[in-house]
Amino acid sequence: MTEAAKQPLLDVHDLRTHFHTFGGTVKAVNGVSFDIAEGEVMGLVGESGGGKSVVGFSILGLIDSPGKIEGGQILLDGEDLVKAGEARLREIRGREISMVFQDPMTSLNPLHSVGRQMDEVLRLHSDLDAQARHSACVEMLESVGISRATERLRAYPHQFSGGMRQRVVIAIALLARPRLIIADEPTTALDVTIQSQILKLMRRQIAEKGASMILVTHDLAVVSEMADRITVLYCGNVVERGRARELIEAPAHPYTRGLIDSIPDPSNRHERLKQIPGTVPDIRNLPQGCNFRDRCPRAQALCAEIEPKLSAQRGSLSAACHFPLNPGESA
Amino acid sequence: MTAFLQSEFFHNYCRSSSAMIGSGLMAFFALAVLIGPFLVAQNPYDNATLNLLDSYKPPMWLEGGDPQFPLGTDGQGRDVWASILYGARISLFIGLVAMIASCTIGTVLGLIAGFYGGLADSIIMRIADIQLSFPSILIALFLMSAVGTGIDKVLIALTAVGWVVYARTVRGSTLSEIEKEYVQAAKVAGLPNTKIIRKHVLPNVLTPLIVIATIQVGTFVLIEASLSFLGVGVPITKPSLGLLIKNGFDVLFSGLWWTSVFPGFAIMMLVFGINLFGDFLRDELNPRLK
Amino acid sequence: MTGYIFKRLLQMTLVLWVVSVIVFLMMSFTGDPVFMVVPIDATDAEIAQARRLLGLDQSLFVQYGRFVTSLVQGDFGNSYVFRQPAMALILERLPATLEMVLVAMALALVVAIPLGVYAGANPNSRISRTIMAGSLLGISLPGFWVGMVLIFLFAVHWGIFPSSGRGDTAEIFGLRVSLLTADGWHHIILPAVTLSLATMAILLRMTRAGMMEVNRQDFMKFARAKGATRRDVLYKHGLKNALIPVITIFGLQLGDLIAFATITETIFSWPGMGKLLIDSIYRADRPVIVVYLMLVALIFVVINFLVDIIYTLIDPRITLK
Repeated sequence: MTEAAKQPLLDVHDLRTHFHTFGGTVKAVNGVSFDIAEGEVMGLVGESGGGKSVVGFSILGLIDSPGKIEGGQILLDGEDLVKAGEARLREIRGREISMVFQDPMTSLNPLHSVGRQMDEVLRLHSDLDAQARHSACVEMLESVGISRATERLRAYPHQFSGGMRQRVVIAIALLARPRLIIADEPTTALDVTIQSQILKLMRRQIAEKGASMILVTHDLAVVSEMADRITVLYCGNVVERGRARELIEAPAHPYTRGLIDSIPDPSNRHERLKQIPGTVPDIRNLPQGCNFRDRCPRAQALCAEIEPKLSAQRGSLSAACHFPLNPGESA
Repeated sequence: MTAFLQSEFFHNYCRSSSAMIGSGLMAFFALAVLIGPFLVAQNPYDNATLNLLDSYKPPMWLEGGDPQFPLGTDGQGRDVWASILYGARISLFIGLVAMIASCTIGTVLGLIAGFYGGLADSIIMRIADIQLSFPSILIALFLMSAVGTGIDKVLIALTAVGWVVYARTVRGSTLSEIEKEYVQAAKVAGLPNTKIIRKHVLPNVLTPLIVIATIQVGTFVLIEASLSFLGVGVPITKPSLGLLIKNGFDVLFSGLWWTSVFPGFAIMMLVFGINLFGDFLRDELNPRLK
Repeated sequence: MTGYIFKRLLQMTLVLWVVSVIVFLMMSFTGDPVFMVVPIDATDAEIAQARRLLGLDQSLFVQYGRFVTSLVQGDFGNSYVFRQPAMALILERLPATLEMVLVAMALALVVAIPLGVYAGANPNSRISRTIMAGSLLGISLPGFWVGMVLIFLFAVHWGIFPSSGRGDTAEIFGLRVSLLTADGWHHIILPAVTLSLATMAILLRMTRAGMMEVNRQDFMKFARAKGATRRDVLYKHGLKNALIPVITIFGLQLGDLIAFATITETIFSWPGMGKLLIDSIYRADRPVIVVYLMLVALIFVVINFLVDIIYTLIDPRITLK
């Protein structure tokens, strides 16, 4: 069976989410397309301000004014979530698609016990009675590595450490056995040592439950460990995508190259860390042509005139670049 | 000036109907207070211009009304409209002067408490704490009952309750300001404390005071009105809007409503205007809300 | 916990002590009360005699010492006007004031919280803007004037509600309470509405501000991402968090209601302790003023203490230390 024949679990097509503010329209997501197959982990990568989180919130229909989904489709099993009503979206949230937020310190309600916040998901999405819900919560809490679960259910978030809270958040996200989990920078706010524990936990849980995951992060090191495929966003557009291994080893887009080069190499501590020169342009008035050209060492006259379209490159890679890199070539 | 016209502040001002209405009301009262008394024929406190035959005339649109007295007259034949124009003068004068006094005293005490800390800080802030746990109106009421009536006494009472909010705000921002590097640098450079406070701390702690000061004028107008209504505010010879209401209350039960209703309406519009504009300022000057 | 309560009691005593000093000093500067007790045609000798009897001829320190001693003993002296113990006079009128304040507070909460939640959750809707403009009008109103307008409309003009007095009362636990009779309710509505408006407006604005603040928090979005209804997110997750700043000012608002009750009682001739206070100020009836001040200070201190306790019940992060 070929890849193309299998219907993807989620198919995002030409998604455009804009924010209308005093300074002008911020096109945070401006024509993003990608898909995720059943059981797949997709890394959504880019610098901060690149519109990654907005993609996640758009999928769940959680874009608040002044933001608005201006166009495109988000197909879950062929059902367009952009057109779905609020009632239908509520059924989907937590049940079909759940979310893990960036900062575990703020994503739990400080005034409700952990048990109550877990129980809420089951009350919303299952017919279990109180007893059954309680044991499901205990079981889930144990499976994310929290001991003395019965006791901990009565505790409040402030009694947990950051890493523990993120485990609770993950437990909540997994509780209703969703098919897709959107993890928005799930480890960014955590200590480095805790980060890998949480990543391992997530990978194991996803695999066990056969769920898919969109891993939103600025950290290519994290996705290279976790993801099957990677989509790189820049200024609200997809600039490159492909299989994780190929993309990390020999990216075609200079921006991806820059991101990879800025990963610190533990074996070479004396080498100066490379950085992508310049900053993300003001997303309210993007220049004509390629958005990356001001920071790109390969930019030529053509790049200032015509915006490159995403096109097939070597192997599984597609990139939006007039002058893509060859394997081994540096930016 | 063009920079101001193009600023986000001005843009938001033009888009905010509450800011426009608020500043419109404030401008109206400013005008009324400045030139109003020249527009009315009668000086309500000059007994020579009063005629007892004109007493208790209803507003001009009611039967028995007289266009000469658009809002009616009181028991001495005073034009209610003229009384309001003169009364608003006294109310606003008290509100503004008490605000300026509170702001000055409170800011100085707050700077001292925040910059020097120690005993001065403890004493100032303890007094502030205790005072804040009691309603201003009650404190003012007792001060007035102790010192007697009079515009100067009202000013003292209002200032005594009004300084606290500035002191606390200024102390808070001073504390965070002196942590900043440029103040530390100025200290290391050996600048005298008074100069550091004046040049570096003061300008950076003033912004939040603008909102407090604006709204406080309205609060003071209301407190003064309450005190005068209770008979412990301004003297009868200088009736503020609040005292006009009190005088009108005595004849309310005979159905002569206009002598008290219109002055109250004037207070309401004045304070409402101040609050509308203050609210807009608060939203604009508080970057956290954006 | 015991340590905390002990510390708080100490603080409360300190506050009450400071208040007693201030009250004493202020009383020493008010009009000479000796003229309240002697007949108009009293001779100088009689005045001096009365002065001695009241202890007014001694130094401020001695007077303060005696003042505090009698306060501690619960003896506030006799009212100069009524010739009865001042304490008893105030206590007799306390229930009337408290019931008016409680009805006003209940009214304020019932209206303010739902409207505040709505306005905070939909900050840009037309209804919210109307609510906010209304609340701003509410804090811009002179309370006594509203009372007068209500009296004019509902009592003088339409004759729906009585304009003054407390109406029938029923006795319960030795207290005369008007909330137990229909006539009592009939009388309390206008004064309670008058008194509640400002508090209602302030609580509404606080609830809205708290709600807007909470709405920016991640856990609200996380709750929505779980699939909770908007209503549940607002009321179950948001409101409790939004109420924390509201509770802080709740105590202050209760204090404000007691303070403004003096004015409302004066307008509606409500026989509470506030009206007694104003009458006593006019007559320089020192003992009554002192009892009122000390009692109100005590009430405020206790309210603040209770507010702190309520805090810990709502917010598990706060422990009493």
